Amino acid sequence: MTTDYKLPELGENIVKATIVGVLVGVGDEVTMGQGVLEVETDKAVIEVPSELAGTVSAVHVREGQEIEIGQLLLTIEESGTTAQPVAAPAKPAAEPVAKADDAPTPPPASESKPAAAPEPVQPAPPPASESTPVSEGELVAAAPSVRRFARELGVDVNDVKGTGPYGRVTMDDVKTHVRVGASSAAPRSTAQPAAESAGEMTKWGPVEREKMSNVRRATARTMGQAWSTIPMVTQFDRADITDLEQMRKQYGPRAEAAGGKLTPTAIILKVIGAALKRFPKFNASIDLEREEIIYKHYVHVGVAVDTDRGLLVPVIRDVDKKNVITLSAELNAIAQKARDRKLSLDEMQGAGFSISNLGGIGGTNFTPLVSGSEVAILGVARGSTEPVWMDGQFQPRLMMPLSLTYDHRLIDGADGARFLRWVCEALEKPFVLMLEG
Amino acid sequence: MTDSTITTQVVVLGGGPGGYPAAFKAADLGLDVTLVDMEKNPGGVCLYRGCIPSKALLHVAKVLNEAKEASELGINFGEPTIDLNQLRNFKDKVVTQLTGGVGLLSRQRKVRFVQGRGEFVDNRTLAVTQGDGSTLQITFEYAIVATGSRPTVIPAFDLGSERIMDSTSALTLPDIPETMLVVGGGYIGLELGTVYAALGSKVTVVEMLPRLLSTGDEDLVQVLARQLETRFEKIMVNTQVLGMEEVAEGIRVRFRSPQGDPFEQVFDRILISVGRKPNSAGLGLETLGVAVDNKGFIPVDAQRRTNVSNIFAVGDVAGEPMLAHKATREGHVAAEAIAGHPTAFDPQAIPAVVFTDPEVAWCGLTEMGAEAQKRPVRVARFPWGASGRATTLGRSDGMTKLVIDSVNERVLGVGIVGTNAGELISEGVLAVEMGATVADLELTIHPHPTLSETVMESAESVYGQSTHVYKRK
Repeated sequence: MTTDYKLPELGENIVKATIVGVLVGVGDEVTMGQGVLEVETDKAVIEVPSELAGTVSAVHVREGQEIEIGQLLLTIEESGTTAQPVAAPAKPAAEPVAKADDAPTPPPASESKPAAAPEPVQPAPPPASESTPVSEGELVAAAPSVRRFARELGVDVNDVKGTGPYGRVTMDDVKTHVRVGASSAAPRSTAQPAAESAGEMTKWGPVEREKMSNVRRATARTMGQAWSTIPMVTQFDRADITDLEQMRKQYGPRAEAAGGKLTPTAIILKVIGAALKRFPKFNASIDLEREEIIYKHYVHVGVAVDTDRGLLVPVIRDVDKKNVITLSAELNAIAQKARDRKLSLDEMQGAGFSISNLGGIGGTNFTPLVSGSEVAILGVARGSTEPVWMDGQFQPRLMMPLSLTYDHRLIDGADGARFLRWVCEALEKPFVLMLEG
Repeated sequence: MTDSTITTQVVVLGGGPGGYPAAFKAADLGLDVTLVDMEKNPGGVCLYRGCIPSKALLHVAKVLNEAKEASELGINFGEPTIDLNQLRNFKDKVVTQLTGGVGLLSRQRKVRFVQGRGEFVDNRTLAVTQGDGSTLQITFEYAIVATGSRPTVIPAFDLGSERIMDSTSALTLPDIPETMLVVGGGYIGLELGTVYAALGSKVTVVEMLPRLLSTGDEDLVQVLARQLETRFEKIMVNTQVLGMEEVAEGIRVRFRSPQGDPFEQVFDRILISVGRKPNSAGLGLETLGVAVDNKGFIPVDAQRRTNVSNIFAVGDVAGEPMLAHKATREGHVAAEAIAGHPTAFDPQAIPAVVFTDPEVAWCGLTEMGAEAQKRPVRVARFPWGASGRATTLGRSDGMTKLVIDSVNERVLGVGIVGTNAGELISEGVLAVEMGATVADLELTIHPHPTLSETVMESAESVYGQSTHVYKRK
């Protein structure tokens, strides 16, 4: 039995995605859960798993194509359901682009001469461009050349804010629109020219080029956008975690019994959950268009995970409602998922704040970048034993360097200092959590 | 019986102003293209039986009229003698030269041209019946249907008489009838009526609706109607044709007057010009599953793709307005879409031109259209009586008008009536496409003395006074 496999829901508010890789071809066996496509949304690159098992008999999409939820992706000959052995994989449908679902059944006439099945004609034509809607009637004021330019960049010219007389849209307006990325239409033309061309660099020695991974591309874009659009400030502080470390070691086995590992990150996560309740501005977003601040009545925190594919940031939900043991178990599970490439897009969305802990690797401090709709991020570096002046003498204490980067449009320096100090105090005297958290 | 088979990437069915530009564009974009048409060369109705031969004849009409009007300038040519054979030769030479030229361009682009009648067998195969009766099977990946349209036939008037003509037969100029009735006051009837009137026929126009050229703004059409009243024997609006019969002296036509009274008149010849209808039947579209609407048009998307994804349709067969220049752009869009380019058919203005004397042309939003949409607009008019150039031509019968967004001064539509209106309208089309404001037209220096100044001066009048018209405050 052949079954059409359509693009499943990818996550909240996601209606479209661009295919960056088709991982299967006609004749391939697929198993349930196996990744069949890599798609890029405005949020991240994710793998679309197959929900069917069988043999791929037709692929209806191609790399670079923009697809929508519910769009036909593959036709799969489900295993164990066909009467005939699926020995020879079906030839790709006769027509290169015409899709099986909308092409009419060929009249019997063509079946009577199977030998005359059309040979692929010379170089196959590039696939016909997609059907894109054109708004009926009047468009925003824009010259035909500007309209075409917008179309080429995948931008709906009606979405572009025009700066010409009476809102006429210019070429530059389209470029600005793309650069700011106000819309979800991910333009591909924002790539900066390389600082030096490869030709110039080879003057100094041999070089090698490697294709960016999908995660790298997504990271490059979000980081570039964050850096160029958010005015950020980073503040530093240190928390004395001598006592906390002792407790962590003491209670570690309990967490392990629950399937987690009592890591500093889990504890910091708990503290941040409480801090965000106390300082709701750090869990907010800015809506510049409407000149409003959006406060979230939930506390979801992203935790940066280093994987062999690059940086991924899964999100732990309702951090404020969970105890440290639950959090450590969840952290463990989701980090593993991230490394196994099993994260769904949903699991990487919805954070109001993020934590990046590089302490496991080292470093005395660093300045993380705020990205997406968040306004702050906490950086954690490696703790070290230092002499601290206490009770009239220097004492060896375990000090953990922390950094807090925030969006200065919303958060003032004093706010930042208060937030970070509170986090340090809570780590130093966990009793604070019971009192104020 | 299948005699031979060829394989191509793109087959274009129909070689008119939609089909041949589509084929050329596809070839220019590197595709292997086959163009199928029933004539010896590409060109279609436009070049063989429409725009081009009618314009050749209208040029003749203009020469005749101007020679006649020259008496007012103190020059008398006397009564012209008309050599109909020579005239037909001139027109045929124009057609042969232009279609031959398109044929040459087709060969230069290595577009395979197949003469014959094509019919789809399935969505990969077109069967072409050639002149010698043999069949050629064309296997294709994409097809562009550009089969155009034909004059609408009213069965009740289809008496099988030679005296009853459609636009195609009228263009062959069988003779110069003493009297001629034009049924339908649209652009085709008025253009051909103008030709026959100039050649000496007494032309009567009958129109069922209250006025001629019902899709154009009334103030523009009024200027033309006044001129036509002097050239034509009679213009009857609000009048219905009840029936016709052939009698010894010609065709007896029964009418119903606006008051509902029947009356009769006999004419030597009748021209039926009541519109055109798309050629969507007999192409095998039903076997393909290509949808056709109740008027016979093939619905298409912005890329001119039909509901069957490798079949496209352009030109008259793909919907109104049935105009050559619209077809050409559509053909380009379809070819670009097939080549994988991001493209769309998204014009803001498709100019309409009536090549009568004076010409009428408009584009974008008409005043009538604005009223229908209840959209508040400002309208600026500039009468050609105030144009120096129009006066030197002895043709002050003209008007230029702008339809402007009443809030943001964007030019939404332009309408012109007057000699050369068809050439002048292009500036209006550009203005509408560019989203120009009235100020853009006003501040652009126009050469003096030309008719194009009327566009600038109508824009000036929006801001108060134009140089050559003084409005009392």
